Amino acid sequence: MAARIHGGAGAGAATALSTFNPKKLVAPSRTNLPARSSKRCIVAAAGSDASKSLRVGHSQKLIANAAVATKAETSATTGTGHELLLFEALQEGLEEEMDRDPHVCVMGEDVGHYGGSYKVTKGLADKFGDLRVLDTPICENAFTGMGIGAAMTGLRPVIEGMNMGFLLLAFNQISNNCGMLHYTSGGQFTIPVVIRGPGGVGRQLGAEHSQRLESYFQSIPGIQMVACSTPYNAKGLMKAAIRSENPVILFEHVLLYNLKEKIPDEEYICNLEEAEMVRPGEHITILTYSRMRYHVMQAAKTLVNKGYDPEVIDIRSLKPFDLYTIGNSVKKTHRDVPTPYAGTLEEWTVVQPAQIVTAVEQLCQ
Amino acid sequence: MATAFSATLPLHGSSSQENRLLLPPTRLPPPPSSFLGSTRSLPFRRLNHAHAARRSPVVAVQEIVKEKKPTNPLLITKEEGLVLYEDMILGRSFEDMCAQMYYRGKMFGFVHLYNGQEAVSTGFIKLLTKSDSVVSTYRDHVHALSKGVSARAVMSELFGKVTGCCRGQGGSMHMFSKEHNMLGGFAFIGEGIPVATGAAFTSKYKREVLKQDCDDVTVAFFGDGTCNNGQFYECLNMAALYKLPIIFVVENNLWAIGMSHLRSTSDPEIWKKGPAFGMPGVHVDGMDVLKVREVAKEAVIRARRGEGPTLVECETYRFRGHSLADPDELRDAAEKAKYAARDPITALKKYLIENKLAKEGELKTIEKKIDELVEEAVEFADASPQPGRSQLLENVFADPKGFGIGPDGRYRCEDPKFTEGTAQV
Repeated sequence: MAARIHGGAGAGAATALSTFNPKKLVAPSRTNLPARSSKRCIVAAAGSDASKSLRVGHSQKLIANAAVATKAETSATTGTGHELLLFEALQEGLEEEMDRDPHVCVMGEDVGHYGGSYKVTKGLADKFGDLRVLDTPICENAFTGMGIGAAMTGLRPVIEGMNMGFLLLAFNQISNNCGMLHYTSGGQFTIPVVIRGPGGVGRQLGAEHSQRLESYFQSIPGIQMVACSTPYNAKGLMKAAIRSENPVILFEHVLLYNLKEKIPDEEYICNLEEAEMVRPGEHITILTYSRMRYHVMQAAKTLVNKGYDPEVIDIRSLKPFDLYTIGNSVKKTHRDVPTPYAGTLEEWTVVQPAQIVTAVEQLCQ
Repeated sequence: MATAFSATLPLHGSSSQENRLLLPPTRLPPPPSSFLGSTRSLPFRRLNHAHAARRSPVVAVQEIVKEKKPTNPLLITKEEGLVLYEDMILGRSFEDMCAQMYYRGKMFGFVHLYNGQEAVSTGFIKLLTKSDSVVSTYRDHVHALSKGVSARAVMSELFGKVTGCCRGQGGSMHMFSKEHNMLGGFAFIGEGIPVATGAAFTSKYKREVLKQDCDDVTVAFFGDGTCNNGQFYECLNMAALYKLPIIFVVENNLWAIGMSHLRSTSDPEIWKKGPAFGMPGVHVDGMDVLKVREVAKEAVIRARRGEGPTLVECETYRFRGHSLADPDELRDAAEKAKYAARDPITALKKYLIENKLAKEGELKTIEKKIDELVEEAVEFADASPQPGRSQLLENVFADPKGFGIGPDGRYRCEDPKFTEGTAQV
């Protein structure tokens, strides 16, 4: 089983998940799984047909833990391409969409003159002007609502939360208006907003700045959630999200902004509802997304040495789940600990590769 | 300016007969540069009265009206008067009919009626064009009607029928109409104000970025209780900062369900909060449709000229309870009687007849016509079908691919069971 990376309907995607091995633990499938932690371990079928699955053309290398891995060499199989960092990829996607459609605008704190707190919108204000790249005052609820009102009346705003945690202040607007207005207006108004921002555990940023909000937003009907993890899918997802008529929340991760990768020169978008096959395997499926992908890949290295063959899937689409790729058996492990400030404590709360290895070994007993 | 109605009773001891306008202090911000709010220094350093004279000042209502020197000493013409009268009668009859239907079990849930406040809706919305936007709260039936949504569509929506303006999916508190630019209908108070700010932002964006000829204004209606909510202040700040074409209309009916405005607000004079953000704050008698209309004209002209937002506080009153489920026991009978004597419809009728703008007979014809219209709306709503089961999933996403890819590898929305409403999601 696999997922295509270039935009395309899931209908044409590769093979279905084949038979279960009854000896393995199988949990009943659930359709609307709340995303609790950023790591998933499931037991997959023993006989998945790895040969037919599409391999991801880039980034098969296992990337080290922290995101300062600028040394990761990748080869784009799609021709010459150009190398850039993840935040530059986001910027490129955003700039291309703003060039393409004059209704696309950006609003958020420090997105204009400052260039964005993580430089995702650097240079855009000079190019497009102060109204298209709007520096807002510090009022998340109001400017998110303003973005929603603008979307209802014809614009396509990209709302940046300086940190995803700040979007808790905008929860009223996101939950009641963003998700529901299309429905309560009987389909009259569409809300084509993109709400994006960095989140997750950084380097000793403290508990409030290190929250994962995916679980809170999972319960909101009417929105889509995606998480990017590589420069390639960051740009692709950003473009797809802007072009989508649905409200999309794009989760980025603070520590991944400096990931370097070669991406194609030509235009491409990633499918918003599809997951990405990172490493096909046969013994066990590990579902992951965002930064945990790299922890898992590191653990996978150890697992391979120990004789296991894990299949790693980057689910990318958090709401709705790509059930086709994920398959029918899911077992959820839940870790939900607020991250304390001290660095060493932080290390212990974030799932480490060694723990992933142990968990897989336990499951495969 | 000439007061249209003879007696106006003071608001709790303080005099409020005239329209009061408070201008922002003379330390006006410097003229807008190409960057929004970026390179200005704090106004304190540039306190210079000569400077102030050169900048375009905020003009008071009284001055504008004095400049015009109307040939007609009256505030309205006959046609305008009849339009205003018909609109207010429609609002009143419709709400009365809603109450009847509710008690007969035709509609359920929360229904908030607008009786007594018609002057505010009519006074503002009848000055707007079709492309201007209106944003309201849960007390939105009459705003929708004034904006042009048909009584049939609103009544059907209240009955939950598929012919309603939102296909039966919104209900009493969510009246939306894309055609008439009625942007809702919001259940939580204050929720609509940022949306209104966004609509005003689009208007400015269209003019300045897309270079279209757009001078649409947005009018946001909300109550006195909302004026203690953070979203209100955040939006006042942004609207004044970006000079958005928006009018914030406070329908101060003194009560937020059972909480008196005076018990919950440190400074009950809401119009004063405008100048704190750099926009004019106006207080007007909201039981007098002509006074409201005069203030509205000025505010709309300001917004269309690109001079920015205005905060208008309308002193008004709701004759019924907060909603049809509210026993309305806290309000004093004397207070109710005081405001009932200032019924906006009776007052306009008196004005029209006294100033020979209309005859009793003409007004009676209008009332009869509206009664028939509302009855017909009820019949239409009764006869309309309920929404089908397949409608359940139809409008959740604008792009139904958002329901994702199912276990069989296809998009869920392509599944035939999906449109029949029997698919599992």
